[in-house]
Amino acid sequence: MAEKRKKKLGIKQRYSMLTRGLGWDTTYQDMDKVFPYDNYEGIIIHDWEGWEDPFRLTMDAYWKFQSEKEKKLYAVIDSFAQNNGHLGITDARYVNALKLFLTGVSPLEYQAARGFTHVGRHFRGVGPRVACQMQAIDELRHVQTQIHSMSHYNKYFDGLHSAPHMHDRVWYLSVPKSFFDDARTAGPFEFLTSISFAFEYVLTNLLFVPFMSGAAFNGDMATVTFGFSAQSDEARHMTLGLEVIKFMLEQDERNIPIVQRWMDKWFWRGTRMLALVAMMMDYMLPKRVMSWREAWDIYFTEAGGALFADLARYGIKPPKYADIATKEAEHISHQAWHIFYNYTHAAAFHTWVPEKDELDWLSEKYPNTFDKYYRPRLEYLDKEEKAGRRFYNDTLPMLCQVCQIPMGFTDMDDPTTISFEVSEYKDDKYHTCSLGCKDIFDYEPAKYVQAWLPVHQIYQGNCGGAEIPDVLKWYNFNLGADNMEYNGSPDQKLWDEWQAHRKKA
Amino acid sequence: MSRVVSITLQNNDDARPIIEAIEKDNPEATVNIYPGMVKIDCEGRLIIKQETVEELLGREWDVQELHLSIISMGGNVDEEDDYFELSWNL
Amino acid sequence: MSVASIGKYEFEPLDKVENFHGNQLTYLNWEQHLLFCAPVCLPLPPEMPFGAFMKEVLPGVYSKHPDFKEINWDEVTWTLDGDDFTPNMAASLADNGFGHKSLLRFWTPGLDGIEGSHS
Repeated sequence: MAEKRKKKLGIKQRYSMLTRGLGWDTTYQDMDKVFPYDNYEGIIIHDWEGWEDPFRLTMDAYWKFQSEKEKKLYAVIDSFAQNNGHLGITDARYVNALKLFLTGVSPLEYQAARGFTHVGRHFRGVGPRVACQMQAIDELRHVQTQIHSMSHYNKYFDGLHSAPHMHDRVWYLSVPKSFFDDARTAGPFEFLTSISFAFEYVLTNLLFVPFMSGAAFNGDMATVTFGFSAQSDEARHMTLGLEVIKFMLEQDERNIPIVQRWMDKWFWRGTRMLALVAMMMDYMLPKRVMSWREAWDIYFTEAGGALFADLARYGIKPPKYADIATKEAEHISHQAWHIFYNYTHAAAFHTWVPEKDELDWLSEKYPNTFDKYYRPRLEYLDKEEKAGRRFYNDTLPMLCQVCQIPMGFTDMDDPTTISFEVSEYKDDKYHTCSLGCKDIFDYEPAKYVQAWLPVHQIYQGNCGGAEIPDVLKWYNFNLGADNMEYNGSPDQKLWDEWQAHRKKA
Repeated sequence: MSRVVSITLQNNDDARPIIEAIEKDNPEATVNIYPGMVKIDCEGRLIIKQETVEELLGREWDVQELHLSIISMGGNVDEEDDYFELSWNL
Repeated sequence: MSVASIGKYEFEPLDKVENFHGNQLTYLNWEQHLLFCAPVCLPLPPEMPFGAFMKEVLPGVYSKHPDFKEINWDEVTWTLDGDDFTPNMAASLADNGFGHKSLLRFWTPGLDGIEGSHS
């Protein structure tokens, strides 16, 4: 390659020409009035030009690469649908992970689009504004491509028909919803710390990388493709997360304790939300790539370890309770799955007891805990189900005031005892599931007393009626199809018919 | 304390020359193959050189084409016209 | 700490006792029996006698467990909001010290759940 095309400007100059100098200081209105939100959180910025974009992606290059990604993705989605790709998945149980994804995760992409559109307006620095605006467009693309890909499954499987409606109402979906509501009602710097740093940089790998690899392993071409297509944007989002942290820390040392507190808070909120992903990986993928424990070791302990070692020079410590979260990696998937097993009659996806070889796999992956605490319970539940007495919990659960998950997590040093924390605020009690959630409540009680806890809302009469079937109708569930045990479900029946045809052919 | 930087790429035709170039330019890197993807880890730093990718690909390659294949990464990014580097400050 | 905000930040709690139509919330947990994945939440009238709660409410929550019929209620130990508690069967929940969102936990000695797994 002797003759190289010579560009007039280098990438750094080109980027700076196309981003900087686009803004100006207002003269007939006070800058603080034009940008009223970027200083009330206490973050002090001396020089907005100190913002460095790691990926120097200009708008023209952005459109070019994004359109190429879209073309590739839509070619795959289209061919998946045209060729009945759903017939090639390993097992219909797998589709339940997609139901949880579409109702729990995809609406968050939309929330992210809204959040980044908002903060992309409200930073007075041009660098972060441009980065946030690009990310807002990315997030919109993610929600669209996810709905589009999974719409194919909606033609055949139950529980995929009302994702946005369910997201706003269903009890377990209040977990991801409240996570994002919390972030979007914070100021712009906390929003970026929560979503870009704690979620995208530290934790999102645990969702998109091993889970999507699992989708590939289970023959779900459509999901792998949207997953990795989204993740190619995510790599850029991750760098935005790291950059905003470094930017805040470099601007003023008074920012350090604020940033540390946000990291502690959002790391914990993120790990709680990931309990859903943990059970997707350990229980919902018929062919498994790696256990939740292994994923945690790779993506938090190793990758997070290197990251926090790097941030130590600013005086930043690893997130508070990271040690507890690491202990939880042994337990959390089993405890979360058990919560959903208890309440599948009120969920828009099915649960089941794993088959024997799957239990053996869990025993092997969790040698210190699975046989001792979880396997006997699952075997008992299996026996009951086969005897026609499928176990459901008939009473609504107590929820954590902060993460909103039923209080099913134990003390990690005593995995047979539920962990309870409580705070008093203005003569009322507020219960939380962990020290992490309690700290979050105690720092801003006035925020969390407003939590819309689904169980309490049902008892107040705000969810369609007094009886559980009324509530489930209000959720838009097709009763007897979307909910209940997998064995005996319409999904299973259809899948078994397809398999029988295949054998005959 | 681990100082491993990491890049994860799709395991497809577009990414293959990039993966090969990384292996060539970072002999100490570890390549982990998973369903659908390849995760490459390297102690301290990892570089992708435009020149190496172009040689393997037999055409001009814009470093930013990396955006089409990347899935995830860990490390501070340094992106230039002729290379893409990840590192942790030592 | 107060919430960092752009103006006055004061909102009504969503779960004030007035919102529960004469009931108050009671949380209940049977310890070391994690077949029931989490404590439960019950809206109960504060004037309900503890004895009625024992007879009419508690079995509906937990009787599916094979250990339930084995419970020797004389040996059961209780805590209410973290303190040791001896229920007065004839007195109301309120007179037993139950407030809105009180947490009642009980232990059943000798019963270790499914196959001794505390489930």
